[in-house]
This record gives sequence, C-alpha cells and structure tokens, in this order.
Amino acid sequence: MITPKYFILLFVILVLRLVKATELTFELPDSAKECFYQEIQKNVTATLEFQVVTGGQYDVDVHLQGPQKQTLYQQIKMQFDSHTFTAPVAGIYTVCFSNEFSTFSHKLVYMDFQVGEESPLPGLVGATVLTQLETSAQSIHKSLNSIVDLQTHHRLKEAQSRKRAEDLNERVLWWSVTETLCVLVISVGQVFILKNFFAEKKPFNLK
Amino acid sequence: MLLKSIFSVFVIFVVIDLSNALYFHIGETERKCFIEEIPDETNVIVNYKVELYDPRSGGFMPSSPGIGMHVEVRDPDDKTILSRVYSSEGKISFTSHTPGEHVICMYSNSSAWFSGSQLRVHLDIQVGEHAINYGEVVQKEKLSDLQLRIRQLLDQVEQITKEQNYQRYREERFRQTSESTNSRVLWWSVTQTAVLLLMGAWQMKHLKSFFEAKKLV
Repeated sequence: MITPKYFILLFVILVLRLVKATELTFELPDSAKECFYQEIQKNVTATLEFQVVTGGQYDVDVHLQGPQKQTLYQQIKMQFDSHTFTAPVAGIYTVCFSNEFSTFSHKLVYMDFQVGEESPLPGLVGATVLTQLETSAQSIHKSLNSIVDLQTHHRLKEAQSRKRAEDLNERVLWWSVTETLCVLVISVGQVFILKNFFAEKKPFNLK
Repeated sequence: MLLKSIFSVFVIFVVIDLSNALYFHIGETERKCFIEEIPDETNVIVNYKVELYDPRSGGFMPSSPGIGMHVEVRDPDDKTILSRVYSSEGKISFTSHTPGEHVICMYSNSSAWFSGSQLRVHLDIQVGEHAINYGEVVQKEKLSDLQLRIRQLLDQVEQITKEQNYQRYREERFRQTSESTNSRVLWWSVTQTAVLLLMGAWQMKHLKSFFEAKKLV
C-alpha cells in the first residue's frame, strides 16, 4: 500500500529537482555565436562556469545578459572562468559564447550553468533536528559533491592536455616526413645545379 | 482523493521541470550536437521539448504537433547507438557501453528547404546518478528517508568510482600518445642525421668524380 508519506517524499524530491544544473559540451565553429537561455527567479544565486577544451588559442568571448539586456558579465578571449551572481530580477538570462574573432579555429566548449544552491539530500527538508547519522550523511554528500566538481575540472584539464599531445604527435610525424623529403630534394638539386654551372661554361670556352 | 490531488501536483511539477530547463534556438533545418564524455555503463537521460516560432503572435507555440525531432546518439567509435524520430517533446535514455565521447545530435524532421522558421529547444541532460529517479525508487522499494539518503550516497560514490576508472583509462591513452611522440622524435633525429651524412657523402663523391671527369681538378 502506498501511503501518503511516500507521496510527500516524492513531492519533496520533485521540488528539489527544480534546482537546475546544466552541463553541456558543444562545438563552436569558426566565427559562430552560440546563445543559451535560462529562466531565473529573483534573488536566486546562479553560477556560470566554462572552459574551452580544444581549438585555437583555447579562448572564447563570453557575455551574460539579464532580462533587460543589461550586461552582468563579459569576458573577451578567456580560456576558462567561473562567475557567480544573484539574479536582481526574475526573467530570462542569456549566455552567449562567441568565436566571431576567429576565422578558422573551431572550438569545443564546456559550460556548466547552475541555478540555485546545490541540492541537499532528499528528505532533509523540513527536518529540524538531525540525528548524528543524518548529519554525517549530509556531510558525506557535500564532500562527494565537491569531489565530483574537482573530478570534472580534472577531466577537462586532462582532455585539453591529451588533445594537445595528440596534436603534437601528429605534427611531429608530418613535420619529420616533410623535412626528410626537403633534405633529399635539396641535396640532389644542389648537385645538379652545381653541375649545370660547369656544363654551361664549356661551349663558352670553346669559342 | 488526497492521493489524487497530490498526484496531479506531481504531474504539474514534471511539466514545469522541463520548461524551467535551459533552452536555445535553432533554425528549422539546423543540426545541433552536444558531447558527453562519460565512463562506461553510465545512464544518460535527455529530456527535450521543441517549440515552433509563431509569426502571428511573435512568440513560441507551447505545443507544436507537426514538428518531430531526429535524435542521434553516436558512441566513441562513431557507431550509432540510437537514431530515431521522436515527437516534439520527449525523453531519451541510453546506457554507454564504451567509455568516451558520446555525441548527441538533434535536428528537426522539417522538410523546409531553407531554414524557414526558428525552433526553441528546451534541453536537459542528466548523467550518471543524476539520471536516477529517486521518486520511482521510493515507490518501488519502499525505502525510509534514511535508507533513501544512504542509497543516493552509494549511487554517487559508484559514479565517482566509474569516473575514476575512466580517468585511469584516459591517462593511459595520454601516456601512450606522449611516449609515441617521444620515440618518434628520437627516431626522426637519428634518421635525419643519417640522411644528412649520407647525402653529404654522396654529394662529395659525385662532385669529385664530376670534376675529375671534366679535368677541372
């Protein structure tokens, strides 16, 4: 039998799910601009975090706009950053990532837009007196959340370095092949050009 | 009666849940891809809702029955895991089998030749333990508050462990790349020196015999 208690718990979980954290990784082509919109209630704290994973100089232009088109945060050619703000008014907030300054480098951008506080464990809302077990569960949850955050950072840094290393590996290969070909062509060419100088003198001498 | 009213509130919250999510605009024929770098055996849930631009009211229609979305999910080996046409609102879930970058692409089934109208796409991607619906777990397994909390902690720890294993795998790949670069640089420098010496020797020998033949020396 499903008791009303379960429904209340269910309800609490659903309310908590209103706290949104959206993590997206997307491609940003050259000279493109990508905008995302998010509705935020008044006095809610939101955090915007971004990092360029690959491409060009690993930089991107970021612009955060409020509902009345006012600029809340703007960065030009940033590699990564994090910005926390409290919404002054309720409405639609816009985040734009622009690669318009770049004509050929295509980028991979990671974005995390978190609205509201990190969600507590379900069932803890309304409970005034916590048992020791509950308190420790809560502190474990907090630590785990920070572990996840650090892990994400680590993962992105690692992805950035790994992609750069792969790029380097490939470039070393191509450069070495090209350079070897150059040396061969130049050496043979040199000899023939030098021979050519002496070959042309002969008819001149015979005259 | 009470249960019924609570249930309707529940339904309303599920609806609000998505309209509160992040959204973006795409053209009717545009294609939008997102990348999720995830460990193996991880659940991913994608919730989306598409709204078509209504030129008459200047806003977006809350429901657009004519519009469907193609959703394509590709795994790190570029194999298609999922490719289907869904309606204007939907929920897709899949489980990864190989760790790596999964690409989730969305485009509308519109037959417009030029990007005619604008579409607003609400999107919410939940990965790992975030994809678990604890409401369902409570209903199914009849857990108490504390049991549920412990359950959530366990799920979270499990996800962290998976991520860490994946990290190890990626570190290995990274190391292999670096070692390969290292050995390539070494071998190339050796080869290059050999090529230079050989070419120098050949040039000298060839030119010497040439000058001797021409009686220049």
